[in-house]
Amino acid sequence: MIVDLVFQLLQMTLVIAVAPLLTGLVRVTKARLTRRRGPPLLQPYRDLVRLARKEAVVADAASWLYRFVPYLVFAATWVAAALVPTFATGLLFSWSADLIAIIALLGAARFFLALAGLDIGTSFGGLGSSREALFGALAEPAMIVIVFTLALVAGSTQLSTVVAHMVSSNVGLRVSLGMALVALIIVALAENGRIPVDNPATHLELTMVHEAMILEYSGRHLAVIELAAMLKLVLYVSLTICVFAPWGIAIADASVADRLLGAFAYVAKLMIGGVALGAFETSIAKMRVFRVPDFVGAALMLGFLGALLLFVSRTLK
Amino acid sequence: MSALGLFLIGVVALLALAIAGALGAREPFGRSLVYGGSLAVSTSMLTLALVELLGGANGGALVLPLGLPWIGAHFRVDALSSFFLVIVNLGAATASLYGLGYGRTRRAPERVLPFFPAFLAAMNLVLVADDAYAFLLSWEFMSLASWALVMAHHREDDNARAGYVYLLMASFGTLALLLAFALLAGAAGGYAFDAMRAASPSAGVAGLAFMLALIGAGSKAGIVPLHVWLPLAHPAAPSHVSALMSGVMTKVAVYGFVRIVLELAGPAAWWWSVPVLAVGAATALLGVIYALMQHDLKRLLAYHTVENIGIIYIGLGLALGFKVFGMPAAAALALTAGLLHAFNHSLFKSLLFFGAGAVLSATGERDMDHLGGLIHNMPRTAFVFLVGCVAISALPPFNGFVSEWLTFQAILLSPEFPSWVLKILAPAVGAVLALSAALAAACFCKAFGITFLGRPRTDAAERAREADRFALATMAILATLCLLAGVFPGQAIDAVSPATQVAIGAHMPTQSSIAWLSIAPVAESRSSYNGLLVFLFIVISASLAASFIHRFASAALRRGPAWDCGFPDPSPATQYSAESFAQPIRRVFGAVAFVARERVDMPAPGESRPARFDLELSDRIWDIVYQPLVGFVERASLRLNRLQFLTIRQYLGVVFGALVTLLVVLASWP
Repeated sequence: MIVDLVFQLLQMTLVIAVAPLLTGLVRVTKARLTRRRGPPLLQPYRDLVRLARKEAVVADAASWLYRFVPYLVFAATWVAAALVPTFATGLLFSWSADLIAIIALLGAARFFLALAGLDIGTSFGGLGSSREALFGALAEPAMIVIVFTLALVAGSTQLSTVVAHMVSSNVGLRVSLGMALVALIIVALAENGRIPVDNPATHLELTMVHEAMILEYSGRHLAVIELAAMLKLVLYVSLTICVFAPWGIAIADASVADRLLGAFAYVAKLMIGGVALGAFETSIAKMRVFRVPDFVGAALMLGFLGALLLFVSRTLK
Repeated sequence: MSALGLFLIGVVALLALAIAGALGAREPFGRSLVYGGSLAVSTSMLTLALVELLGGANGGALVLPLGLPWIGAHFRVDALSSFFLVIVNLGAATASLYGLGYGRTRRAPERVLPFFPAFLAAMNLVLVADDAYAFLLSWEFMSLASWALVMAHHREDDNARAGYVYLLMASFGTLALLLAFALLAGAAGGYAFDAMRAASPSAGVAGLAFMLALIGAGSKAGIVPLHVWLPLAHPAAPSHVSALMSGVMTKVAVYGFVRIVLELAGPAAWWWSVPVLAVGAATALLGVIYALMQHDLKRLLAYHTVENIGIIYIGLGLALGFKVFGMPAAAALALTAGLLHAFNHSLFKSLLFFGAGAVLSATGERDMDHLGGLIHNMPRTAFVFLVGCVAISALPPFNGFVSEWLTFQAILLSPEFPSWVLKILAPAVGAVLALSAALAAACFCKAFGITFLGRPRTDAAERAREADRFALATMAILATLCLLAGVFPGQAIDAVSPATQVAIGAHMPTQSSIAWLSIAPVAESRSSYNGLLVFLFIVISASLAASFIHRFASAALRRGPAWDCGFPDPSPATQYSAESFAQPIRRVFGAVAFVARERVDMPAPGESRPARFDLELSDRIWDIVYQPLVGFVERASLRLNRLQFLTIRQYLGVVFGALVTLLVVLASWP
């Protein structure tokens, strides 16, 4: 029991600890690929500390909600990230929420962040919130149909069970899973505000979405929100890894050594994911805002087709 | 005395209050008497219904020598009706409590006070009726009482039209139900529900009765395309009545559907679930898209009721399908999801309508584009309204999430359907459900953000005062219930179990005995959710983060003007409004769901007139279904008008012709 609790807490600290590292790695990759030197790998950690030390400037029109939102967003994202298997499955609290609940937790984070965007009553904040609402409204159902596919393959919406099923040899290659993977990548790009949907490096640009919502935040509030955004990136990369590349992960009741091995494998895979994301972002241009619904809608349709194929093929086999 | 007797006494007490309201509406004590009395009666009936539901006891049956002389009026209470009695009386009690404060500021109390308790009495009567006659009579009574309440402010624009459309649709629905009951009663005229249960109608008759029940109960519940009256009528009534109509009366309609289709109509055919699922999915999606386009707060809430009814019908449709194909466990899961969503919706929709009423009293405005910044002057109302918004957006750890999660779990069982139609329909319905859930979050982000956040857009919004203490107490109770039902979902599911047992003869495995208060609808390895733990995790990690920040980070805080990328605009008119918030979504979905016409009038450089932007939205269903119908009725009535100007001889000829035709039909009837 105590050991289980320790491992659960380890996972919670692990995701927080690697979150800025992953973001830093993506930035370094992007800089190197565009032949810039770029910031050091550990710059995001320094940024967070620097922000936390600064005085927070809050707009006159801000309400109490504005100061609560960073912590709520962070908490919802952190809980969601802690429930996705990283180095081991079947952790103590892994059964307290399934994949649908994890998606809903992220939805809650988005809901409050969009409210914070509206709170000051500026046009930029409203712009960000309204576009985020649109992207979320398309990305979330796409995510749910991906869950349908996974649940039909593994017979469960519980991530630990899904991963255990994926590790076992009787999965094989399936068209539906391929479609789900592509859809998941699209959703992850949209949800994390990456290129081609949104540009995390912009300011003062009419196409920005996430940055527009948090435009008025500063100091410690901004630090918490930034950390939450980094955590969300870790969450989506971990989710993709644990479902589609689960090699090395420690299955429930594994020994401590196996779990340590799992942790190394996880961090290595995470870094590969970060480099891949950076390379992808450099190789593609940002799209117009009203092209995004087509892009995310494609994920919805792909996921749906995958699920439909499974629904239909159930009787054929 | 049996529980049923007590329920009937409660109904009589409510009717007495209605008479007292009619007599004493102008007296200073009239309001307190009616609302206080309704509060007392509905609280006792709520307690009674809870005892009945949880005790699993049969409340007994009763035949009173009322109504048609050779039938009498049958009444009965079982677990299914007690479940809905809980919904009705919880809504009634909160609306009465709210009315104690809200009624004070309202004009023309004589137009509300007599009908409010009568409306409550009628809804209770529908639920305990046990024959077609008593059921339809109470159903019509319910429609008429609510119609009178819709017409309370009859001089306001559009309210008369809303009342007219409502009356027409209600009559149409009752006609469909009347025909459904007539088919089920058969030639022998067994109008008592017991006789209908015992009878076994042929497949054709049962199918027809099912379609009629879907139309009849659905028109009251607000399924697409019969929803057109709902967003007109619900907002027109005083806010606590809007809450009752939206939160509670639609559930009485759901009860009617469940009672007739799952219980009275005999063994179902598999295809029954197809129209229910299709209608449910269409209702959910169109309801939320229409809601997103509204800028009238109460109309937004009313349209959103349409969405939730869709979600409930998806649960019911799945339950119907699973039941037919002999999968009782899955059927119980789907029906539990539907019924639990009905209960949850009654909680948060009442809460939100009360909040909208508080905003209306404080500012005199329902138009969100004239509000904004209310969180500063009405912090408590804003907080409870926010809880309602989070709950209705199906976000954990609140109750809306639990019932939608259960619906998803039921959909994930649908590959087991032997029927190909259902096998393909089910994932499509699931995708639509996910889409509408996500759009609901956007919708309530807008509802809360534009109304309560930002800067005040008008003087009225700036001068708003906090709601009265009755309203705050009511909303706080409902918000707490939303959280409790979300954090202890196992207990809520177990409470629904007796009702599903009555409706389909199966119930979900007992949830409250699972360790750590988790819920696991099928098996823990398949899916489980623990509302309590998720709630605790969020609270703990949020406070952990906050205390860490306060311990180690700078605590300095400075207030200043908004930065806004260096271009701050002092005018609140530059904020995002309800229309502009929905604009991206309107652009994406607008072509499908409605005809959106945007007209931009941009003056040439040098001209001094202001630029104009006009937006016209029309309900496509109104254009496609109702407009031709209205035209046809008008043309037909013009033609038939000539009948009014015949001579006596011609009238006698018409009578004779009609008589002969009828006799011929009767003689040739097999």
